[in-house]
Amino acid sequence: MLTQRLLLSDRGGMLVLGLVVLMAIIVPICNLAVPGDSPLHVSNFTVGLLGKFLCFALLALSVDLIWGYAGILSLGHGAFFTLGGYGMGMYLMRQIGDRGVYGHPELMDFMVVLNWQELPWYWQGFDMFWFAMLMVLLVPGLLALAFGWLAFRSRVTGVYFAIITQALTYALMLAFFRNEMGFGGNNGLNDFKEILGFDLAAQATRVGLFIASAIALVLGYLACRYIVTSRAGRVIVSIRDAESRTRFCGYQVESYKLWLFVFSAMLAAVAGALYVPQVGIINPGEFAPLNSIEMVVWVATGGRGTLFGAIVGAFSVNYAKTFFTTYSPETWLFILGGLFVLVTLLLPKGIVGLFDRFRRKGEK
Amino acid sequence: MNPLNRLRETWRPDQVFDLVQPTPTFDKSLDTKHGPILYVEDVSVSFDGFKALNNLNLYIDDGELRCIIGPNGAGKTTMMDVITGKTKPDSGSVYFGQRINLLKLSEHAIARGGIGRKFQKPTIFEALSVFENLELATASNKHVWYTLNHHLSGEQRDRIDEVLTQIGLTNHYQQEAGALSHGQKQWLEIGMLLVQNPRVLLVDEPVAGMTGEEVEHTAQLLTSLKGRHSVIVVEHDMAFVRSIANKVTVLHQGSVLAEGSMDQVQSDPRVVEVYLGE
Repeated sequence: MLTQRLLLSDRGGMLVLGLVVLMAIIVPICNLAVPGDSPLHVSNFTVGLLGKFLCFALLALSVDLIWGYAGILSLGHGAFFTLGGYGMGMYLMRQIGDRGVYGHPELMDFMVVLNWQELPWYWQGFDMFWFAMLMVLLVPGLLALAFGWLAFRSRVTGVYFAIITQALTYALMLAFFRNEMGFGGNNGLNDFKEILGFDLAAQATRVGLFIASAIALVLGYLACRYIVTSRAGRVIVSIRDAESRTRFCGYQVESYKLWLFVFSAMLAAVAGALYVPQVGIINPGEFAPLNSIEMVVWVATGGRGTLFGAIVGAFSVNYAKTFFTTYSPETWLFILGGLFVLVTLLLPKGIVGLFDRFRRKGEK
Repeated sequence: MNPLNRLRETWRPDQVFDLVQPTPTFDKSLDTKHGPILYVEDVSVSFDGFKALNNLNLYIDDGELRCIIGPNGAGKTTMMDVITGKTKPDSGSVYFGQRINLLKLSEHAIARGGIGRKFQKPTIFEALSVFENLELATASNKHVWYTLNHHLSGEQRDRIDEVLTQIGLTNHYQQEAGALSHGQKQWLEIGMLLVQNPRVLLVDEPVAGMTGEEVEHTAQLLTSLKGRHSVIVVEHDMAFVRSIANKVTVLHQGSVLAEGSMDQVQSDPRVVEVYLGE
């Protein structure tokens, strides 16, 4: 019954999810078991790249849930992603212990440089993995709750909401750039050593993180599917299409928007937490407003309002980004801008919509 | 209101403070023993100095079908906004039954409590099927966490089937609502109000843009609701009003100009003047 509802009723989603699972099985085997000179070997670089893409796909899913289904355009999801990343980064920093450059048993290198004497209160507890993970969910969740409560209660919608979410992520960026904030300022958190006792430099750990990202993506997808196929999901679509009608049907529109926003923020935070150990650094640059806009482009390109479309979009746009930034870095921003214009004009339903159109033509 | 008047108002000898009144709740049965189900008293609303409603008084009896007519800008839609909680009036009171002060409640609470509203332009959930539209509107617990894992009970399903027959869309229940004709959309919206089991239905221009046959069907539908629900219809189409109404209220410049049967109202010289121009 539940499998029917979550998977079988959605062929595109099943296909994309199948590909993700297949990738999560084949890539580790081809990386670890197949010898380096074989044509089937997958390089360490590719594993890292695909792991990053998986995190981006989860992030795109969270943007699509709020934008595609509830019609709330958030241009500040990078804030939740980065906060989740910082949560994980703080745990990884605490794992360094006295192996830092200055060898202080408790303080981070940047704190020693700032001549701090003791660990700030908000760094307490992050040496415990479970506590750090709890914070990864709670801090962005609470921020989204407070921010969303204020915004939705005053019935801020549309462009205005998009602008204030941009302001939110920009404000956080400025705050985190300051050294006195205690998050490493400009340099952010880096030079991580190990996670849960596993060496982060070891390829087996990296493959483990890759698989964890794939699992998170699958679970995140199923959770989103559960929400959008429930009655609450239909209420959310109704809010998108006819907000006042929904209100006069007796639904408290604001609380639906609020809880969906909070869930979406937490999903983005999980993506951030998985991203950081794979790239080995988190700095305030991730808060940059442009990042949050890029996420929206992924979703628009893939197909807004279909969950698997977000995954397709995140993979294809990021693949294109990797390709173009390698071969001609200057052109990427133009291509990104052009892509957004093209998608808006020609492909309002994204890549997924394109396939749908072909299929319908085929049936005719 | 200046502070002195406010003080006088507060210390009036017959003042009843809110705290000694029972809290408004929709759970207890509605107290309508004096007749009216809806009391709109001395309500005034102004937008930037323009008085949309000016000491409006209106009483709707339980189970009656009332038509409200009036020229453009007479305050018909504003009146509906006030009753459904969309607009808060500057002064006056609106009571549902004798106990429930609607001015203290939010839109969704009023809707849950039994006042349904149909908009001028048909607003339905176009992306969903006819059945899903009715399912969403059905009276039930409408909190977020509840709807996340909720299925219709047999009783609710029966009620939806009943309403589908009533609005004549039984054969279309699987169809996407956006693909319905204009008239069918209007009926679906009325159906969405009916599954909420409202005591009062506010219907704004139900026959605008309908064909003759559709108008007739709508008239039948609305008159069949009489008795079970109180229905307030705002309409421009005089022939339609004549065909369904036994009591008509004429609004003009935000207050009641005349009230009575269609014939009485039409022969009232003030009404004639307002409609035919000075």
